Amino acid sequence: MCSPKCNTCKEPTRVLSGSEITMSTATDISIQKTWALLEQVNDPEVPVLSITDLGIVRDVKLNGDEVEVVITPTYSGCPAMMMIEWEIKAQLVMRGGFSKEKVKVTTVLSPAWTTDWMSEAGKEKLKAYGIAPPLPTASVCDINLFAREEAIQCPRCNSYHTVLVSQFGSTACKAHYRCEDCKEPFDYFKCH
Amino acid sequence: MSKQALIDYTLHLADNTLILGQRNSEWTGHGPILEQDIALSNIALDLIGQARMLYQYAAELKGGGATEDSLAYLRDAWDFNNCLLVELDKGDWAKTILRQFFFSTYQWYLYLQLQNSPDAQLAAIAGKALKEVAYHLRWSGEWVVRLGDGTEESHRRIADALANLWPYTGELTIAAPYEQSLAVAAIGVDPSSFKNEWLHKISEVLKEATLPLPPDGWMQTGGKEGKHTEHLGYVLAEMQYLQRAYPGAEW
Repeated sequence: MCSPKCNTCKEPTRVLSGSEITMSTATDISIQKTWALLEQVNDPEVPVLSITDLGIVRDVKLNGDEVEVVITPTYSGCPAMMMIEWEIKAQLVMRGGFSKEKVKVTTVLSPAWTTDWMSEAGKEKLKAYGIAPPLPTASVCDINLFAREEAIQCPRCNSYHTVLVSQFGSTACKAHYRCEDCKEPFDYFKCH
Repeated sequence: MSKQALIDYTLHLADNTLILGQRNSEWTGHGPILEQDIALSNIALDLIGQARMLYQYAAELKGGGATEDSLAYLRDAWDFNNCLLVELDKGDWAKTILRQFFFSTYQWYLYLQLQNSPDAQLAAIAGKALKEVAYHLRWSGEWVVRLGDGTEESHRRIADALANLWPYTGELTIAAPYEQSLAVAAIGVDPSSFKNEWLHKISEVLKEATLPLPPDGWMQTGGKEGKHTEHLGYVLAEMQYLQRAYPGAEW
């Protein structure tokens, strides 16, 4: 049998079995199940992380056949937020059995997102992907110039012998580092 | 405090960030080295992100079908409440850096206070942006020191930038009527309340950069109330062109 494939990565896509579809009527999806579905929505910029690993899903509210997902942006100008909103809606409609009109995604700004909300599993996934995970929040709100640099471990060779190249990397949430031992450049998901 | 004052104040904050974000984005693809091009583009993105949040709030307050896009793209120069400093041409790297440093220092002290505003939306935006501003301030301040205390050419360039920009810094901490009105209502911040802290930080960094603090002098004002330099029209002409020529265009 020819199973449907993803247009981008060409991997077979999962097709829900009959029983799953019956179970997925909106009324008996629990909040936990909704969270589990959200765990499968990945950040478009750092696709190794799900939006729940990242800590940007702040709340899930169910009211009859309506669902509201509350998210918060990482950085003010994060260009991925619109995409994430679409993906949440697509996931809950296609896998969660909600009707399109009944899925609402709300953005809140306060309390401001922090890397403290990133899951431990998320940090491990980042490292395996080649991005140094954020340290516990340290000198972020310090405005003193030429502050001592944080000791960031190279995600490839584990050396702490690394130097900051730029506080601003390939996306707003990352800084650019270089390892002085293995000589590889790498991204650091900066603490925030 | 009138509702109009709150709208004007929110637009003032939004216009500052949009216009500076637009100015900084002129460097995208043209920065002196790749890492710094990316850094300034990231800062531009943060500023435009702040602008969006503020315009969304202003649109909600204004009602009558206003949207973040109509506020950004369909107002003319005299409707903009931004400070003159942010609209000036980008100049060379030294001018862009020094302007960013003056502005980030201003935003830092402003948002420190505004994050405690009883207006929940303004407080949330300020609290959110404050962390980003800390990065902008460190980055631009470090560059001011590198350029001032760098080569003969870099020193000359940033000294010229200082002479050019200084008359536009006073406006940052001189309150417009809507700022006074919001400060009286304890919703907004009177920027003159942090003038000394602003000046202290600037003096400290200029000293490290071996640049003398310019003497007190006459300061340019008017931007906060819609009286702009000739530079703003050029920014708007480029930024608004698409929506003016093809109203409602989307991609």
